[in-house]
Amino acid sequence: MTLEVVDKSLETFVLNLGPQHPATHGVLRVKLTMDGEYIVHAEPVLGYIHRMHEKMGENRTWAQYMPNTARMDYLAALSYNHGYAAAVERAMGIEVPERAEYIRCITVELNRIASHLLWFGAFVLDLGGFTPLLYAFDDREQILDLLEAITGARLTFCYFRFGGLYNDIDDDFITGTRAFIKRLRSRMPMYHDLVTNNIILIKRLKEIGPISQEMARRYGATGPVLRGSGVNFDVRKHEPYSVYPEFDFDIPVYSEGDSMARYMVRMDEIEQSMRIVEQGLDKLPEGPIMAEKVPKILKPPKGDYYCAVEAARGSFGIRLVSDGTNTPYRLKLRSPTFSNLSLFSEACHGMIMADALALMGTLDLVIPEIDR
Amino acid sequence: MLIDEIKQALANLAVIEKKEVKTETAAPAPAEGETDQADAGKIVTTEVIEEPALHQTDYAQKGYHLDITVAPDDVVSAAKQLLKLGFFIEAVTGVDWIKENQLEVVYDYNHWDECCRVVVRTFLDREKPEVPTISEVYSGANWHERETHDFFGISFLGHPDLSPFLLPEDADYHPLLKDFKA
Repeated sequence: MTLEVVDKSLETFVLNLGPQHPATHGVLRVKLTMDGEYIVHAEPVLGYIHRMHEKMGENRTWAQYMPNTARMDYLAALSYNHGYAAAVERAMGIEVPERAEYIRCITVELNRIASHLLWFGAFVLDLGGFTPLLYAFDDREQILDLLEAITGARLTFCYFRFGGLYNDIDDDFITGTRAFIKRLRSRMPMYHDLVTNNIILIKRLKEIGPISQEMARRYGATGPVLRGSGVNFDVRKHEPYSVYPEFDFDIPVYSEGDSMARYMVRMDEIEQSMRIVEQGLDKLPEGPIMAEKVPKILKPPKGDYYCAVEAARGSFGIRLVSDGTNTPYRLKLRSPTFSNLSLFSEACHGMIMADALALMGTLDLVIPEIDR
Repeated sequence: MLIDEIKQALANLAVIEKKEVKTETAAPAPAEGETDQADAGKIVTTEVIEEPALHQTDYAQKGYHLDITVAPDDVVSAAKQLLKLGFFIEAVTGVDWIKENQLEVVYDYNHWDECCRVVVRTFLDREKPEVPTISEVYSGANWHERETHDFFGISFLGHPDLSPFLLPEDADYHPLLKDFKA
């Protein structure tokens, strides 16, 4: 009797990562085919918290849909508020007062900082470092307090209205925000000393999980994932909307394409967002916060409209199809992490498990936004 | 200009659409005594003109620059042309036009260097919605197409895996169809 010669490398097993694994930040399941410690194939399984937001859009009026937008990316919900409001304003041809646009930018950028801080803490936690999370949440808490005072919510904001805002900002918000920025500026060097320059972090991230520009293009990756691959693409500069052209800020770009580059992009973006907030507060014009003559019942003209904004995780796009009635005919949500996660399977091929988790962390996943 | 390049590359893929154009010409001066007829001064002629469905749109109003309708079989060639010019894929989705008995598939593309949003559309028969997959060209389209199959039941021919994605694994319904009743 002869024994069949089996290629040892083909002895694989299936490993389930999630749906309740802490590193997946929600309920994402990844079916991994492993060869020992190496990943042969990874298949993300989605839909555990799919709520069909797109169908909900067809069942309610344009204004009634606004709270839904905050329940997708709950860590940077104001960008989603902004994207939806801007899309409907484009369809209706509503002009937003300048003061309202300034406040939109200020609050969205604060929200972006809060989102990046949470990512920073949770990401380092994924890698096994517990302490930075507590520091990051301490700072983030202050932003949530500031935003809560003016929007009435801490995460699921419904602050923007078609043509403006629900509430004006007050002096407490302005002084509180200035104090917060001063404080966060003084803490960033600490974060860099504690984490960025930490040899363990560098060894875990440098040259790990490369994403090439060609791969990013095929998958439609956007946001810090794309900017970590050396592509200077940011909707705020590329397709200027709101009052972003009034601000002087840079787009951090790192060309290495590895996990470290994506980490650095986000850390640098915190500083750039602080610059935008400061300039916004300096330049804040007086005036109304709501456009006059916004009809109570909106009926955008027939046709389809597209509008994109730069959310914390990349380009968030909305495609509206209106049939001229008071409810959307079709409302497509293009969420950035959906595209960003789709490249994971190709990018993690042949990596060891621990490195793949670091790569997944740098994609900054928010599952409710992927599943919608 | 990028937009001219892409127009040239896609020009022969666009379907020919028929458009009714009404032209008004002034009628010869009415004879005296007939001036009480208000419309007498105009002759309306209706002409059907054929032109490729490739339109440069008003960006400020629509949010995209170029709108092109292609035949279902041409979506792959369109994708190849767009990839060659460096476009990336934003999204693929559908729209159910139940009154026209058609399903529309919309492909959104954008460019990194220059803001140029291109919308490629194709219309399918609602009874038999089939279109070739572009996931061979744009790997990211794989998930978008799978999602579109979930929501609309559109078959992407040649797609590696069209099993339910966001919907439960035993789902046999397509919730974004307008005749779907929960």
